[in-house]
Amino acid sequence: MSQETPIARKQYFTPFNVITGVILVIGLVLTVLRFTKGIGAVTNLDNNNPWGLWIGFDLLCGVALAAGGYMTSSACYIFGLKKYHSAVRPAILTAFLGYALVVFALHYDVGRPWRLPYPIFWSQGTSSLLFEVGLCVFLYLTVLFIEWTPAAFEWLGFKKIRGVVVRLTLVLTIFGVVLSTLHQSSLGALFMIAPSKLHPLWYSGYLHVYFFISSMFAGLSMVIFEGTLAHRWLHHKMDDTHLAESDGVVLGFGRAASFIMMGYVGIKIIGMAVDNEWHYLTTGWGAWFLVELVGFVLLPAILFSMGAREKNLTFIRVAAVWAVLGIVLNRLNVSLIAFNWHLPAADRYVPSIMEVGTTIFIVTLGVVVYRFIALKMPILHEHPDYKEAH
Amino acid sequence: MDISRRKFLGCMAAAALGTTTGATGLAHAASGKEFTGYPDSFGVLHDSTRCIGCRKCEQACNQVNNLDPPDKPFDDLSVLDDRRRTDETVYTVVNKFADNVFAKIQCNHCQEPACASACFVKALYKDKTGAVVYDESLCVGCRYCMVACPFNIPAFTYFDPLTPKITKCTMCLPLIQEGKLPGCVDICPKEALTFGRRADLIKMARQRIAKNPGQYVDHIYGEHEMGGTAWLYLSGIPFNEIGMREDLGTTSAPELTAGPLAAVPIVVGLWPVFLTGVWAINKRKEKIAEQEQAAAVQAAEEQAAQEKTKALEALQQKLTKEKETAIAAEVKKALDEAEEKARQAAAPDDTTTDTDTAADTLPDDSGKQEE
Repeated sequence: MSQETPIARKQYFTPFNVITGVILVIGLVLTVLRFTKGIGAVTNLDNNNPWGLWIGFDLLCGVALAAGGYMTSSACYIFGLKKYHSAVRPAILTAFLGYALVVFALHYDVGRPWRLPYPIFWSQGTSSLLFEVGLCVFLYLTVLFIEWTPAAFEWLGFKKIRGVVVRLTLVLTIFGVVLSTLHQSSLGALFMIAPSKLHPLWYSGYLHVYFFISSMFAGLSMVIFEGTLAHRWLHHKMDDTHLAESDGVVLGFGRAASFIMMGYVGIKIIGMAVDNEWHYLTTGWGAWFLVELVGFVLLPAILFSMGAREKNLTFIRVAAVWAVLGIVLNRLNVSLIAFNWHLPAADRYVPSIMEVGTTIFIVTLGVVVYRFIALKMPILHEHPDYKEAH
Repeated sequence: MDISRRKFLGCMAAAALGTTTGATGLAHAASGKEFTGYPDSFGVLHDSTRCIGCRKCEQACNQVNNLDPPDKPFDDLSVLDDRRRTDETVYTVVNKFADNVFAKIQCNHCQEPACASACFVKALYKDKTGAVVYDESLCVGCRYCMVACPFNIPAFTYFDPLTPKITKCTMCLPLIQEGKLPGCVDICPKEALTFGRRADLIKMARQRIAKNPGQYVDHIYGEHEMGGTAWLYLSGIPFNEIGMREDLGTTSAPELTAGPLAAVPIVVGLWPVFLTGVWAINKRKEKIAEQEQAAAVQAAEEQAAQEKTKALEALQQKLTKEKETAIAAEVKKALDEAEEKARQAAAPDDTTTDTDTAADTLPDDSGKQEE
């Protein structure tokens, strides 16, 4: 026994555990502050800037980057691309965790979080796009949870109920695509109510379309990026099927992302032409807009296509990270940077260190839970008892 | 005339209330239809050329709404040196602009409020009286109304940890319902504020512009801005010089979001059809591919079997033929030998030894061939 203890302690205090431990403790302190001193005590939000990092990053980026769930499951189960089957489970899990964390983060941001069920069950403000977002996120979170349960049932050994859920796969997948289409687009449409606040280069009658289309390549890029991370840290949990298919997933998703991104650049240009906004391109905001559209959409799209053509996985993996950063930049531009652009510099919003800390805390929480589930349950490999069952 | 015009209008308004407040107002849902406001709803006309920046309206507002007393008293006009906005302690603010021009801001009580359209729990709604009303008991505190408001009016109690709320001007709805004037209108010493039916106020404003050439900008701010507001403004200098945006347009908030909202039922209706179709096409493709594969395998097998049978038959035929030839040969041989024997028997003297040898070998050979 005396010899086992140091080994156990050594495994317990890995760098990963120490760093996450520190972040989680800081997060708990910030949580206490938020719910004892108020939103004003931990954030830089004010009456002119009611939405900050927690909406711009935690909600908008969180939802966009969790789009890998509906993209992968629809590719496999609806579009018949069976070779991506091994990518479905990790994508569903990350999507489920992503949405769960979005809802968790909202508990910090809204004034009275225990009233979050109000719009769904108590008083429906159907004229609001936020109502649509809320309803769809609520339903989609439920769908993702059900889609994820077979992994848990296999782990627990509940064969019968697993069989029932697996038979629902197609219905759940279609429902997931419908709900994703609606809330991904509605997140963009949220800002269509404020044309006087959002810079014309970002404001558009197509804002909802832009958000939906960009969520597609956000999801694809994120699946590639998460796959890269999982290969680095959870390689031993992957079975032969997963390993054999993973290169194909990277290549196929990279090619698809490249196509969609090119189309996205196209509709952004159409949007500019429709509203005749060319003259803004020569301003400072125009330069910033081009940084986003050319620097963080067009260039990664080209790198994706080069990687797909030359079967260069490194190109695609770099492009995936690049595209993810581009999505983050776009969502922050719409919600924070180009929003309230007309306000004097003194009235502009910059997140507080505690807001950033809370966001890091929530992301870390997601990584810890993902790691736990991927280590315990059949996510990156198939359960030996269910190998033939799909 | 003792009774001022504003008080007169106020009484008229109060008299009309019995008919207008009977039904509760509902937030106008987004649709393609144009909403021109509830009939006989009220409003306030703010004539900024009359405003002297005395801050009496701020004081009255503070008292009517039981707000905390401010740091600096209301008669301290140095407050006017800073540009201010409404917040959780102040529902109305007077700002000073160039050449001692003053303008008051508060909730404009839009005809089709962006805040009400944005609220996902209907905590904000347009009342039939014209007031945009906030119901704290429903509010989740998401602050989307603040994002939506083109006038940056709603404020939030950010330092209330558990029960924060939105704060804004109520148009003194409780007072209006009692037949009284809003606090700020009642106290204004210069009649810079006039309460009345919105339709009447617009006529009054037009008359003022017409009767005083050169004194006013020829525009009633709020008549059409963002679909129209219950509060209306007159100014002697361009509105953007008294802090009011002139680029808001006349499209109401519900119209701005009607497009994506209208897309919802279509997506719900069409996506499942399209996706099931794609699934079915793929399923059928797979099935056909499977069938074709099975058919190809079967055909190949059949062909192979046929070829095998043919080869066997050929071999069998060949063997039979060979056997027949061999038998024929042996028969012929035996006949020949028998003939020979017979001949030797006929002449026995000289070839006895030869015939013995032949007789030895013959039975052996024929026995082998028969096997």
